[in-house]
Amino acid sequence: MIEGIWAALFIFMLAGFTGYEVISRVPVILHTPLMSGSNFIHGIVLVGAMVALGQADTMSGKILGFVAVFLGALNAAGGYVVTERMLEMFENKKKGGA
Amino acid sequence: MDNLIKASYFLTVVLFVMGLKRMSSPATARSGIIWAGVAMGIAVVTTMFWPGLNNIGLMLVAIFSGVAIAVYSGRKVAMTDMPQMVAIYNGMGGGSAAGIAVIELIKGDVHSSGLIALSVVGGLIGSIAFSGSMIAFAKLQGLIKGRPITFGGQKVLNLIILVLAVVTGISLVTGGPGYAGTLTFFGLALTFGILMTLPIGGADMPVVISLFNALTGMAVGFEGFALGNEAMIVAGTVVGAAGTLLTQMMAKAMNRSIANVLFGSFGKEVEEAGASGIQGALKPIESEDAAIMMGYAAKVIIVPGYGMAVAQAQHKLRELADLLQEKNVIVKYAIHPVAGRMPGHMNVLLAEAGVPYESLYDLEEINAEFTSADVAVVIGANDVVNPRARTEKSSPIYGMPILNVDQAKNVIVIKRGQGTGFAGIENELFYRDQTRMLYGDAQAVLGELIQQVKQI
Repeated sequence: MIEGIWAALFIFMLAGFTGYEVISRVPVILHTPLMSGSNFIHGIVLVGAMVALGQADTMSGKILGFVAVFLGALNAAGGYVVTERMLEMFENKKKGGA
Repeated sequence: MDNLIKASYFLTVVLFVMGLKRMSSPATARSGIIWAGVAMGIAVVTTMFWPGLNNIGLMLVAIFSGVAIAVYSGRKVAMTDMPQMVAIYNGMGGGSAAGIAVIELIKGDVHSSGLIALSVVGGLIGSIAFSGSMIAFAKLQGLIKGRPITFGGQKVLNLIILVLAVVTGISLVTGGPGYAGTLTFFGLALTFGILMTLPIGGADMPVVISLFNALTGMAVGFEGFALGNEAMIVAGTVVGAAGTLLTQMMAKAMNRSIANVLFGSFGKEVEEAGASGIQGALKPIESEDAAIMMGYAAKVIIVPGYGMAVAQAQHKLRELADLLQEKNVIVKYAIHPVAGRMPGHMNVLLAEAGVPYESLYDLEEINAEFTSADVAVVIGANDVVNPRARTEKSSPIYGMPILNVDQAKNVIVIKRGQGTGFAGIENELFYRDQTRMLYGDAQAVLGELIQQVKQI
């Protein structure tokens, strides 16, 4: 746990502004890939699930941990593959158009 | 070791934010996802070295099976089905966050009520995102019907369930978590996710998926606080904020508010006042005549919609456009912001077929040009070209920006049948004097048109 509720609140606020700023003024054509890309990024939940499973010592904890890691891995890997496939199109297009 | 893990999480977060930034510009978008991918790899590998982790074998099995299934399904899926794939992977993330919350709550060794509260909030949001995304997936995949599912007292029931979930959640924080309370809490949260998504129509699903994406981000952030995992805190919060903004931008592109999307049951059979006010009749045309119209035109504007995408007709469309260009016809594509299923979806689909970027024009760029177009060809689009959005205040799509196809000298509408669009309303454009209807599957019709154009 971060030392103190204030540090946590500051991180929360700054991260929130960062997310907002990073994708403001985005062309409409990138809305879908960006949604998919941010979908990939919250796949970071996988590392939390890994720690939760790694520290589980009861049966129910292990089962839930396994499921959480499995779902997190699906989120991360699936998000990556789908986003990469979408963005690949942009690259091809640039080459084709040039 | 601890410092090394923290350092790698720090690097991960930096790369995530930079990757996201790169993804927001077309020229650097591709490298953005690769940066983020590298970051994820670093975080996962270093987490394996977290001090005192057990069940490593189980962990590896879960990771590899998850990755294998995701890579297989993500590669195999057609571009048109991308929206539901985003929905389902997003739901998985929400489910994972909820799973972490359950583990923390039933473990029983969490004594700080602050930590329990964080787990509970993350669990609530994650569960809603999980079950809601599953319904969104099922609707887009056609497993359940896409039209809004509504019944009397639905909103009241939904509210009651949400309130019950929140109350149970609070009792977990104040009274200490236990098995029964935890299960009830997650049961209620999951049920709410299902019920809130059922009344939302298929056309609004992209906005809802984007909202669930933001929710999953927040859930991950909250669970990050509960676990003391900085990578999750920052990445989750960034996605939560970015996703919220994206959701607003998408809703705005459809001229809707998020509240209206969530509670409006848009796309339900609409009893439209003045629907009888449509004058004229539907006038069919043969592909031969349509081909001649296009072949001898100076300028043709193509308006592709979701119907074109489902028929997988983008390659045929491009072939036709190439043929017309060989005959010195100027061909432009008019892309409505919500053409396809999500903003930008149509651009991806056309890019897949090799349509050059320079031929695609968005709404603001192209709308003034319809008056000078000899032929506007509408393929599988409906609501986005309905002039009633400009004039008919009682219409559910009133105020939505539309493509001014009705100002073209001639309009050819390629359409499967006489049904209405996603919004469930009649299209005045189809009854106009200059409009001709070319019925059939987009793929088959375009094939015929290609043959006919070749002969002139």
